[in-house]
Amino acid sequence: MVKSMSSKKIARTGGLLLAAALMVTNICGCGASGDKALSGKISLAGSTSMQKVCEALMEGYMEKNEQVTVTTEYTGSGAGLESLASGSVDIGNASRHVKDTEKEKGLVENVIALDGIAVIVNKANTVTDLTKDELIKVYQGEVKNWSELGGKDEAIVVIGRENGSGTRDAFEELLKLKDACAYAQELDSTGGVLAKVAATDGAIGYVSLDVVDSSVTAVKLDGVEASEAQILAGNYLLQRPFVMATKGSIEEQNELVKDWFAYLATEEGKSIIRKAGLIVPQ
Amino acid sequence: MNKLSEKLAHLLVGFFGCMAVISVAAITIYMLLKGVPALTKVGILDLLFSAEWKPTANPASFGILYMILSSVVGTAGAILLGVPVGLLTAVFLTDITNTGRVNRKLAKGLSAAVELLAAIPSVIYGLIGMMVLNPRMYALEKKIFTGSTTHQFTGGSNMLSAIIVLAIMILPTVINISVSSIKAVPDSMRNASLALGATKIQTIFKVVLPTASSGIMTGIVLGIGRALGEAMAINMVAGGAVNLPLPFCSVKFLTTLLVSEMAYSSGLHRQALFTVGLVLYLFIVAINLILTKMKKGGKQE
Repeated sequence: MVKSMSSKKIARTGGLLLAAALMVTNICGCGASGDKALSGKISLAGSTSMQKVCEALMEGYMEKNEQVTVTTEYTGSGAGLESLASGSVDIGNASRHVKDTEKEKGLVENVIALDGIAVIVNKANTVTDLTKDELIKVYQGEVKNWSELGGKDEAIVVIGRENGSGTRDAFEELLKLKDACAYAQELDSTGGVLAKVAATDGAIGYVSLDVVDSSVTAVKLDGVEASEAQILAGNYLLQRPFVMATKGSIEEQNELVKDWFAYLATEEGKSIIRKAGLIVPQ
Repeated sequence: MNKLSEKLAHLLVGFFGCMAVISVAAITIYMLLKGVPALTKVGILDLLFSAEWKPTANPASFGILYMILSSVVGTAGAILLGVPVGLLTAVFLTDITNTGRVNRKLAKGLSAAVELLAAIPSVIYGLIGMMVLNPRMYALEKKIFTGSTTHQFTGGSNMLSAIIVLAIMILPTVINISVSSIKAVPDSMRNASLALGATKIQTIFKVVLPTASSGIMTGIVLGIGRALGEAMAINMVAGGAVNLPLPFCSVKFLTTLLVSEMAYSSGLHRQALFTVGLVLYLFIVAINLILTKMKKGGKQE
């Protein structure tokens, strides 16, 4: 009951800044601690790509529930789900769908966010639609000129991110190009990729969907526009789910884990997810 | 009372005097502790002599040969380009503009410019390199490699851009140290040379510069140290892909490897980056040892 009250209150302040929302929940949280303060530990393990959103969620959650400690180990999607199956953690993080073999072990997939990557090209480029195969060939270095893809006679400058970048990781994984890309430039920031693609004729790059602006063109992939709507519909090629899997459904979990998922569903939780550049599933 | 304050001052000065030593010792120990684990896991030969850098692949490979080569070639290129310019600037400042009022004014302005060049933050060099140099380099690249089917176009972010930026960045070091060592050559030598019938230019190149050579070498070695350790500016202009250090290839230096990958690295990848730091550190230590040796040698002469 206390829970629903605080979430209602936050829903009302949805238009305000996150800081303001946090303050309100804090006040509610204090009132709640009198009758039912949660305490204990929630342990997560899994995807390294989810580090950014996990850290933000943990910080937000622990600020509200001071008695609860949330820990996350970033071991990789597969390892995280394995830990969950063996019962050593409460939640397994995966930046992919839970496989059928894993579901057989009783793991349940809870998609908390969707990650979309936009492929961007220079404004002057006449090619605005690529197929998956064409994109792969461009990044492998097999196709070197836009004229081969129906564009102007302009060399393709393949721009990517540095080793260890979550965006690079997702991009290469989704196209099955893990460490097989022939980059002409490896830049170490999203802003760097945007700026270089905007400034270089014939450049192609990839960035998180949420940062795309009018300085570049986001190309269609297999005819599908890179937009939140298309990602929610599941049509867009370069998207992946961020999963927080549980052993058994959420209802079967302990109070703490239930409360964690309830937090993710509040406006505050959602706004944290959006702030991490992700899309909240409906 | 006086004695006490004297003693206290001694202690204080001694303490601060040791700070540099303590810092260097701490850094050395830290780099060794952090850098050695990955070295033993990856193997020193695989690390230093393998060209494959795929730290997130499975199985991962941690070869930094291309980065070492890029650092060496980039530094050598900057020296080849920067030292002649710097040395001639120094000669101009000392032996050409030393007479006449207009010349003196010119020298003053030039010295001020050199000082300013030394004070400009490296990120500004990088920014200008990115906005001014890279587009021109790309135009040149397109001209040279027109119709090439094998060349990977880099958009102008390449080794050559990095070398040019580095060459400009080492100019102040080379110029300042050369100027002071050329000024230290006694005028009696110049006069003797001129009296024997040598021209001014002959005097400069056959008498003054050879005499000042040990000081000039010091300047060059310091320039090497500066170029080898530079990260920010090259990170912005060199492209950052791991390639052989060819002029029109996008390259990654030891320093830029650290700068660009440290943020999101984890596990063995992170440890390997510390080892790369250790390698870079050993390079700089070697440069400094050479410098110390040269200074000693110079004194004996």
